[in-house]
Amino acid sequence: MQQLLAQAFLTSLIFGAVTAGVPLLLAALGEQISEKAGVLNIGIEGMMLFGAYTGFAIAYYSGSFALGFLSGGLGGMAVAAVVMLLCVRRGLNQIVIGIAVTLGVQGLTALLYFSQFSRTYPRLARDPAWLLPRLSHIPVLGAGLFSHDPLVYLSVLLVPAATLLFRSSHIGLNLEAAGNAPAALDAAGVDVIRTRSLAVLATGFLAGVGGAYLANVGAGLFVPFITRGSGFIGIVLAMLARGRPLWVLLGAALFGVSLSLTTALQVAGIDIPTDVVQMLPFAAVLLVLIIFARHSVLPRALGQPYVRGDR
Amino acid sequence: MTAGIRASSAATLRLMLPAALAVTVGGLILTALGKDPLAYYGYVVKRGLLSWGGLQETLNRMAPLLLIAAGLIVAFRAGLWNLGGDGQFLLAAVVTAALGPALIGVLPRAALLIVCMVAAALTGALWSLIPAVLKARYGVNEVVSSLMMSFLGTSCANLLVKTVLRDASTSVPRTPDLPVDERLPQIFHTHIHAGVLIALVVVVAVHLMITRTAFGLKVQVVGANPAAALHAGLNVGRLTIATFALSASLVGLAGSIEILGVWGTVRADWNPAFGLLVVPVVFLARLNGYAVIALTLCLSALMIGAESAARRTDVQQHYVWVLLALLLIFLAVVEHLHHLRHKRLAL
Amino acid sequence: MNSETTPLAAVRNITKRFPGVLANERISLEFHAAEIHVLLGENGAGKSTLISMLAGMQQPDEGEIWIGGGPVVIASPRASLALGVGTVFQHELLVPSLTVIENLLLGGRWWQRMGQRAALERFRQLSGLLGVAIDPHAEVGRLSLGERQQIEIIRALWRGGKLLILDEPTSMLTPHGVQDLGRVMQRLKEQGVAVLLVTHKLPEAFQFGNRISVLRQGRLMGQLAPERIAKMSATQAQDAVIGMMFGGQVAPDADTAPGVHLGQQKPLSHREGPPRLSVRALCTEGRAGECALREVSFDVWAGEILGIAGVDGNGQKHLAEVLAGQRSAVQGRIILDGTEVTRDGVGARRQRGFRYLTDDRLHEGSVGALSVAINLLLKEIGEPPYWRHGVADWDLIHREARATILRNDIRAPSERTPLGRLSGGNIQKVLLARELDRAAKVAILSKPTHGLDLQNCALAHARMRADARRGVAIVVISTDLDDELLQLSDRIGVMVQGRLSGIVPNASGVERTVGRLMTGAASA
Repeated sequence: MQQLLAQAFLTSLIFGAVTAGVPLLLAALGEQISEKAGVLNIGIEGMMLFGAYTGFAIAYYSGSFALGFLSGGLGGMAVAAVVMLLCVRRGLNQIVIGIAVTLGVQGLTALLYFSQFSRTYPRLARDPAWLLPRLSHIPVLGAGLFSHDPLVYLSVLLVPAATLLFRSSHIGLNLEAAGNAPAALDAAGVDVIRTRSLAVLATGFLAGVGGAYLANVGAGLFVPFITRGSGFIGIVLAMLARGRPLWVLLGAALFGVSLSLTTALQVAGIDIPTDVVQMLPFAAVLLVLIIFARHSVLPRALGQPYVRGDR
Repeated sequence: MTAGIRASSAATLRLMLPAALAVTVGGLILTALGKDPLAYYGYVVKRGLLSWGGLQETLNRMAPLLLIAAGLIVAFRAGLWNLGGDGQFLLAAVVTAALGPALIGVLPRAALLIVCMVAAALTGALWSLIPAVLKARYGVNEVVSSLMMSFLGTSCANLLVKTVLRDASTSVPRTPDLPVDERLPQIFHTHIHAGVLIALVVVVAVHLMITRTAFGLKVQVVGANPAAALHAGLNVGRLTIATFALSASLVGLAGSIEILGVWGTVRADWNPAFGLLVVPVVFLARLNGYAVIALTLCLSALMIGAESAARRTDVQQHYVWVLLALLLIFLAVVEHLHHLRHKRLAL
Repeated sequence: MNSETTPLAAVRNITKRFPGVLANERISLEFHAAEIHVLLGENGAGKSTLISMLAGMQQPDEGEIWIGGGPVVIASPRASLALGVGTVFQHELLVPSLTVIENLLLGGRWWQRMGQRAALERFRQLSGLLGVAIDPHAEVGRLSLGERQQIEIIRALWRGGKLLILDEPTSMLTPHGVQDLGRVMQRLKEQGVAVLLVTHKLPEAFQFGNRISVLRQGRLMGQLAPERIAKMSATQAQDAVIGMMFGGQVAPDADTAPGVHLGQQKPLSHREGPPRLSVRALCTEGRAGECALREVSFDVWAGEILGIAGVDGNGQKHLAEVLAGQRSAVQGRIILDGTEVTRDGVGARRQRGFRYLTDDRLHEGSVGALSVAINLLLKEIGEPPYWRHGVADWDLIHREARATILRNDIRAPSERTPLGRLSGGNIQKVLLARELDRAAKVAILSKPTHGLDLQNCALAHARMRADARRGVAIVVISTDLDDELLQLSDRIGVMVQGRLSGIVPNASGVERTVGRLMTGAASA
């Protein structure tokens, strides 16, 4: 009995950690692309939230999870397009516009929610998981790690893909140059504004998918402010990872575990105020920041708009 | 002088056009949601500005917004992005709510109020210390660290309200109530509390400090070019920490005054999230204290009107946020067009 | 030699206007294969505009660019490279966080594979051609300025460049690096490349150029073709070029006429009494990549100008900063008029009469967004009489600023104009006015005329001499031996790897001694 309980606890902890970690992973990977290209994308919270809304709405009306994720990505991209136009093309302050965009999306999705769903409170059916052959039979780990939506495995595969992209492709070189020496990229005949624009759109897409996953799989429903700062956590993870996707994965796992600890502890019947558990990851990251403060390095041109001929 | 008036009226015009556009597009959104925008706007204006009761609420709402704005002006002038406002605000509010009832009978009302406000300001400053020191000593980006502290602070505040500070006599977790007699006095038998006056004085003082004093100029130099500040012999680290602390203590004061003037208690999970809301306002006002007062009045009226409308017309008060975002976006577009026209004229 | 043959590239009647400025006016030039064409001109003469059009960064308003016998439109930097025009800009255009080979691969289409192997082959080929040895896998941020420039040249030639444009390539190089660059240009010329060398330094023009063209105020003032140069003596050629640059008018200050080194003999200043500034066994600590000071000692007397020569990066920055109080000394003493000031900070030292003119005018020395008036008082914020009890007296501040602007002939619309709107020369005048005020006792001037044109350079030099005569002890740190230190200094000290390897009186023939000291071969 005791052992069974412990197993159930561990399984739900791991399962929850994955579910909570995937949106963060997607958001942070996305943010990393923007940051590499020199755009501090504070609006990512808004992109996630809008992705969550569009993802949920489409999945709800179409009944397809895949379609939901895709439209979540497109929704995030739409918000990213606003940021791109104002910050990358027009050179406006990235922090102020990011905050404004986030506020706007928070307001808009709240309005949409209340006019559409507030009387029916719709929920999605449980997400059809994709059990990995053999792996899903491993006790505890099988049910915890290998019984998820295909998007989860895809997200994890994104990590080596991003590593490869950053390290050994022209796109990676262009992103690095756009963030560290935009003038050099310009002189090499690559459009800096275009590179950064595409980076921001890619961020929007990934964040939007992350938001859709958070709503559709993590919660099974949409409520206003459902992302509750996940985008901001994504920014922090991207900054701490300093351009290395593997570190993003580790960070997302840490946050995922501490977020799922709340539910898992409740399953186990241990009563700890949720606030304490919610504080843990932030406290952990802050500790990391303090310890490794000396070594934090960001792209040189981060947050600065590029104007040809300016030095 | 006339040139100054002309320039400022041109600037006002350039703010009016985006405002009109934002209101129009916002109205279209309302129409799309099946609401009547004219009726809504009419109600909001009537409630937020034209009705006596609403106007009093509007003025009361200005107090925390103005104080946060004052804090942000100080930080932004120094090039510091203090995005930790919510955490600083809530913790300060909780400290106020804890101290206030505990000091009844120990201190007279005036002293109680002052002690509460000072303690709240110190709490805010304390909560900014980690981001400030990390920035000053190691150049760690304060956007991230202050946001983290904000999340931590919010959770901390909630935890305190639910555990140590919880009023045992109520079923909903909240701190013990501060009786109305012990709160901030109201002005001339209205419902407007004295915190509004404090906030107005603080904003003007901050504006004068930035534009007239040596400290203000030093802050501006640090904000515009930290390397030059070091070169000029300014102690950039100390200025960074001092500015951050001042900024956060003003945000903390905002939290305190909101409790001492309006609520008297902090409920669990209460978070008005003013911290980020004020950022665009301060930006729109171009860090000018007087412009901040005017814009905050508009924002407060909108918020109060919209909150009341939410109960009546089924349009959530979050509509204000949409409006604010639209305003910023259109402002950017209008400035862009203005810029293009000037360029063409110059050629 | 080959001006009869068809040119490889040419500009014909090029005109380019900017708001309020005619940057290039009907300029026609030809660039021939196997020829080093020097484009000479002062700052603002229109050189940068001309090459930015060749490099595809800007479009001409009128006129044509010809390449390979016909007119072309160079719409972008990429188009410029494709047409065989490679440009090495004055400011560095490399990504410090990428390796050499990655930098060279930058600009490939995103779907293309990164052909590392082919790129390495091409790199070896070109570095062989240039006669340089650089590790292709080294991170660019760790290489020296000279090496980075060689990479930029390799990149300019990467896609088979026929015309190589070098914009002020020597401004950041050590004397040794300049000689290396000369060799590289010579080899390229032998390979049939047309080199366009853009510079404002006369000696370089004569040393490297086959053909010399002079720009002034956006117009082509004249040209010395190879045949003409061959027939002229060195002095004749110099006179001809100076005539074109200054239009027959006498150079602003006879002392500092370009290229004419008088080997002047200034009397050593009166050394009655103790020195104004004494530095004893000064040491600093540096981070990786910085050159720290190692037991530096010297004296400067009132009224004396001490020049500090040396290749960049041999501790000059630390010396200037430690004297100004911006950096702390780990050992040693700094004594002003018999009082030890080693522990004083920037503010305290400034009050004692220390002044420091940084070489990084824009990023460190000034705040471009703030007004000229504020920048003039940047180091005295909060001090009376301009501030009383911490409150500014703006009337007084602006009145004083107006007077300073007039006195120093600073061209600014108003004392309230943001400093960043002024030209480089005027910004430097503002900083000089700030540092050489009446209360100055010791002035440390780092590269005081770097990037200034001849006229402003001469004015700055005159100003320094006048201040020395007034009794200020001046330390001039510069890499420009010929045109600055030999013209100004009473004595010249040389820095090598953080040490002062010697101090010699300025006399004719002193260059040789200084040169030997720079290599660390001799000690005096």
